[in-house]
Amino acid sequence: MMVKRETIFGREAFPLVIFAVFALMPIAASFGAENYLLSMVTRVMIFAIAAISLDLILGYGALVSFGHAAFLGIGAYAVGMLSAHGVKDAAIQLPAALLASATFAAITGALSLRTKGVYFIMITLAFGQMAFFLAVSLASYGGDDGMTLSGRTQLFGTDWIKRDRHFYYVVLAFLIGTYALCRSLVVSRFGRVIRGARENPQRMAAIGYSLFRFQLAIYVIAGTLCGLAGFLLANQSEFISPAYMTWQRSGELIVMVVLGGLGSLHGAVIGAAAFLLLEEWLSGFTEHWKLIFGPFLVVVVLFARGGLMGALKRLGGRGA
Amino acid sequence: MSLTLLYVQTLNGLQLGVLLFLIAAGLTLVFGVMDFINLAHGVQYMIGAYLAAMFTAMTGNFFLGLALALPSALAFGLLLEFLVFRHLYDRDHLDQVLATFGIILALNQGVKVIWGAAPLSVPIPDSLTGAIVLMPGLLYPVWRLVIIGSGLAVAVLLGLLVTKTRIGMLVRAGATNAPMVSALGVDIGKLFMIVFGFGAMLAGFAGAMVAPILSVEPGMGDNLLILTFVVIVIGGIGSVRGAFIAAILVGLVDTLGRSFGPTLLKAVMDPAAASQTGRALAPMLIYILMAAVLFFRPAGLFPAKK
Repeated sequence: MMVKRETIFGREAFPLVIFAVFALMPIAASFGAENYLLSMVTRVMIFAIAAISLDLILGYGALVSFGHAAFLGIGAYAVGMLSAHGVKDAAIQLPAALLASATFAAITGALSLRTKGVYFIMITLAFGQMAFFLAVSLASYGGDDGMTLSGRTQLFGTDWIKRDRHFYYVVLAFLIGTYALCRSLVVSRFGRVIRGARENPQRMAAIGYSLFRFQLAIYVIAGTLCGLAGFLLANQSEFISPAYMTWQRSGELIVMVVLGGLGSLHGAVIGAAAFLLLEEWLSGFTEHWKLIFGPFLVVVVLFARGGLMGALKRLGGRGA
Repeated sequence: MSLTLLYVQTLNGLQLGVLLFLIAAGLTLVFGVMDFINLAHGVQYMIGAYLAAMFTAMTGNFFLGLALALPSALAFGLLLEFLVFRHLYDRDHLDQVLATFGIILALNQGVKVIWGAAPLSVPIPDSLTGAIVLMPGLLYPVWRLVIIGSGLAVAVLLGLLVTKTRIGMLVRAGATNAPMVSALGVDIGKLFMIVFGFGAMLAGFAGAMVAPILSVEPGMGDNLLILTFVVIVIGGIGSVRGAFIAAILVGLVDTLGRSFGPTLLKAVMDPAAASQTGRALAPMLIYILMAAVLFFRPAGLFPAKK
């Protein structure tokens, strides 16, 4: 391994800058279109959590999951289904959302990890589609059209997170928590095994690691964290629908991670922000924004390897 | 459950099957020979349908429209190959997924810009409208039979092409070991281009043939693409024979599951629960089938010999 000089885009400083910007945003927003900005950035942070969780398996494990949006939907449906039955407290909803995602991840992960490469991509896609069609068939929870929630989750019987600003900081806290958890995971011995399996599975197996167990564990962790993002997403939009789990959504999550730069965690945050802000910005110009965004993606893949973080690093490296 | 309905649904399943095969054949070859995941293959099917709709409206004749649409679909496929895909063959799967995903976004929007967001409809050619009586009490639309027939004909031709001709031999060799074929002096880049263009044309043909019975609309290829992936994974990547068997299997399981699943479940549970479970389970059947196949045979039913 080459020893690299720590730059502002290195280990510690850059993520801190990102989180500081998120923390100060509501103050800046209070001078302008507060509601719009708050909800926009809340959405960015929620998708950042989902993207970080995908980066864990995609970037560090080299497991290309094409069904990650299923967990987003499972987390969201846990909120919607429980609150439809009058269970509105986070103390029950959140553990339920996490448990449901973890269970789905454990079952589908155990089956999917038997396959490799392209087949892994396809089988995760298949499981994502199953979750999607299951949601479509839930007629009592809105079926195809989805369902509007009666309100946000309560916190121990209070309506504290009904205020957008409070909710914003709740999401930020979860984002920082997720980041910290994943960061400590990838530098731990566990994370080293996962990265070792990415580089050379045969050698890791020869050393004596049962990679299946490690990969299943990271798959379940990633699925659970994405379920957390789903829980937050349902609360942010106060709406659930099968559209959360379309395969296109899974594709978008991959786009976020790769756009930001694989295997860096804060790259996923940048990628999520870049994707959603670009979508917002371009759709302000024209309803045909995808006509610009699609070719943009192709150009990023063809010419900017390593995503936005890679490009920034190259710029930073050249300046130094 | 009446027998007539069973026959009709079996024919419908067969029709979906040959449609899936037309799309899957190109995809599995591109996948097998070039190790290239092309998410944009469903878009080729959509483009075929739009081209057929446009040329039919221009010429006033479906067959003339089809004759113009096929070379256009081929040309469009080759253009995409030249501009984007050939630069991605030596990249990893993730890059390919991402770039072709971008192409889907752009082209789905592109057809909206050119032809509008409203669905287009294509009339069935006058000589082939209506239905014929296959057996007493069993009426079936002629056009659907034409689709089944032409799909099966293409399957036979493709089978001969792959097993009996020199180019087919090269394609099979490429699916087994592309670098070796290249080392033996075959221009592998040109082979890739031919396979790619041919696959794009077949998908375009599928789109053109169903244009008269489906609405031609943006994004029409997206869900079919996923079904096609299920087909080639079940069949074994790179195998045309596997793609054919899996396509028919998926077409039949999907169609019959949706129409008879709830009825069959009623035999074992109470009617309300059966119809609810049936409706939930039917769209999932093929994915369950795929997961099961991958569980027992991780490389599909007919893996290309490596």
